[in-house]
Amino acid sequence: MNSFFFFSIIFWIAAWIINIFIAQSTLARTKLVLPPILFGVSLLLVWEASISAFDVSPVILPAPSLVFIKLISSVSILWVDFVQTFVKGALSGYIFGCSAAFGVALLVDRFKFLERGLLPIGTFMAALPIIGTAPILVRWFGFGWESKSAVVTVMVFFPMLINTIQGLQMSDKIHRDLMQTYNATSFQTLVKLRLAAAMPFIFNGLKICSTLALIGAIVAEFFGSPIKGIGFRISTEVGRFALDMVWAEITIAAITGSLFYGGIVLLEKVLTFWHPSQRGRSE
Amino acid sequence: MNNAFLPVVTISTFIVLIWYSFSIVLNSSWALDKAERNDQKLSFSELVHDTWSQKKPKLPTPHQVGYEMWKTIFDKKVTSKRSLVYHGWITLSATLAGFMLGTVLGILLALAIVHDKATNLSVMPWIITSQTIPILALAPMIIVVLSSIGFTGLLPKAVISMYLSFFPIVVGMVKGLRSPDLLEIDQMKTWSASQFQILIKLRLPKSIPFLFTSLKLGMAASLVGAIVGELPSGAIAGLGARMLSGSYYGQTIQIWSALFTAAILAASLVGLISIIQAFVFKRMMIVQ
Repeated sequence: MNSFFFFSIIFWIAAWIINIFIAQSTLARTKLVLPPILFGVSLLLVWEASISAFDVSPVILPAPSLVFIKLISSVSILWVDFVQTFVKGALSGYIFGCSAAFGVALLVDRFKFLERGLLPIGTFMAALPIIGTAPILVRWFGFGWESKSAVVTVMVFFPMLINTIQGLQMSDKIHRDLMQTYNATSFQTLVKLRLAAAMPFIFNGLKICSTLALIGAIVAEFFGSPIKGIGFRISTEVGRFALDMVWAEITIAAITGSLFYGGIVLLEKVLTFWHPSQRGRSE
Repeated sequence: MNNAFLPVVTISTFIVLIWYSFSIVLNSSWALDKAERNDQKLSFSELVHDTWSQKKPKLPTPHQVGYEMWKTIFDKKVTSKRSLVYHGWITLSATLAGFMLGTVLGILLALAIVHDKATNLSVMPWIITSQTIPILALAPMIIVVLSSIGFTGLLPKAVISMYLSFFPIVVGMVKGLRSPDLLEIDQMKTWSASQFQILIKLRLPKSIPFLFTSLKLGMAASLVGAIVGELPSGAIAGLGARMLSGSYYGQTIQIWSALFTAAILAASLVGLISIIQAFVFKRMMIVQ
């Protein structure tokens, strides 16, 4: 045991006590920001200190500082992997899959018969391990980013489809009646009432799909990839026991995932400011 | 339910038809190549017959997949390495172990979050952030690291399943445990109920519907975790390993049958929870 380890434990306890105080205080803004930061920092400190205190081999778990150094020193590789996996694979598939699902939902919306059939099938498909199609799609579309994009497209399609279909059913009857008294065409009703009412559901779908997209692109790379990409790097560096590089890639993936998700949340706040879930207290 | 039956059947039939026609389109180039090499001309019916019965097709037909599944599920001995029951069981056991762990962890975390403000404020944001990270990217590392300190087989996969399944449980249970309204909690307090009594007699019963919704999501996530956990580090058994070896050796029918077995497994597990849910709801007189 060394003093650094004790310091980290004491820091953890102190941070926790501060958090208890903050929790009981009435500082609305600090309440949301400070506790998670304190918790995160103490977690990193204890991690760092435990590694040196218990002599954990970097092959099993590298210290955060090591990961950080690796991250800084290999920015160029990480950037190439980021572009390959996120921009080319995940993002293109996400856009393609979500817009396809949105289009199909609008199409299906015209025919009640199709809608009644597609909703149960879509719900069923969304619960299936679609990630399993990755090896098939990699065989069809080759090792490049196209196959990753295809996997992501298939993965995001069904969650997006059922959310959009459900969202389009959300407008109140009384509102639709009002649109009819205005002599609105069904297209006008769709654009001005039903799509707006569907927004919270559509964004819910977009949020779920944002995490799925990154997972799909990374896992598809496990089945074959050119010599770049986050998933490729993780699987090969694990084989070489270069865990600091693996953690650096995971850090990048985590930051990308969180920013992607955060971006959609931000867009939702801007576009659906009128919805009850966005107004008032956040609880 | 009944008025959805006809549309579902219609659309399913439609999907199968599309599937068969795609089989023709995707497999035809190989069939035509072969015919050209043998200096044959294929009539359309011959072409269809060939594309629907290739050994390593680009897209196997439903009946080929069905036949392969029948062969490997019912005709093989359960202990055989080529039996899908054997591989399915390996994946299922990891799924269930991870699901149990995830459920326990999720419920404990939810209890802590609901009862302790500091935990709520400091841990809850990280739980949510943990899901915006592609956790499956960690899978190969968890497998390799755990096996290097001596854990192999079931446990590493179960850990991945746990990581994926605890999140829906936490979120659902936090919602559920908070679902009693102020009036009901006040009522309990007028009876001078302790925090523990409020938990047992009010919060927990009220959270049951939320729990079941979460359990279904958690179960589906858990299966995905177990399958992906089998992909790296050359696992030799399990549905994920079947997919991987199928993809190495071009055995497309094998991939598809593993995929369908996984789908059936997922559907039956979720269905099982629905049955338990219906039973519990009846006993507790919860109306949906």
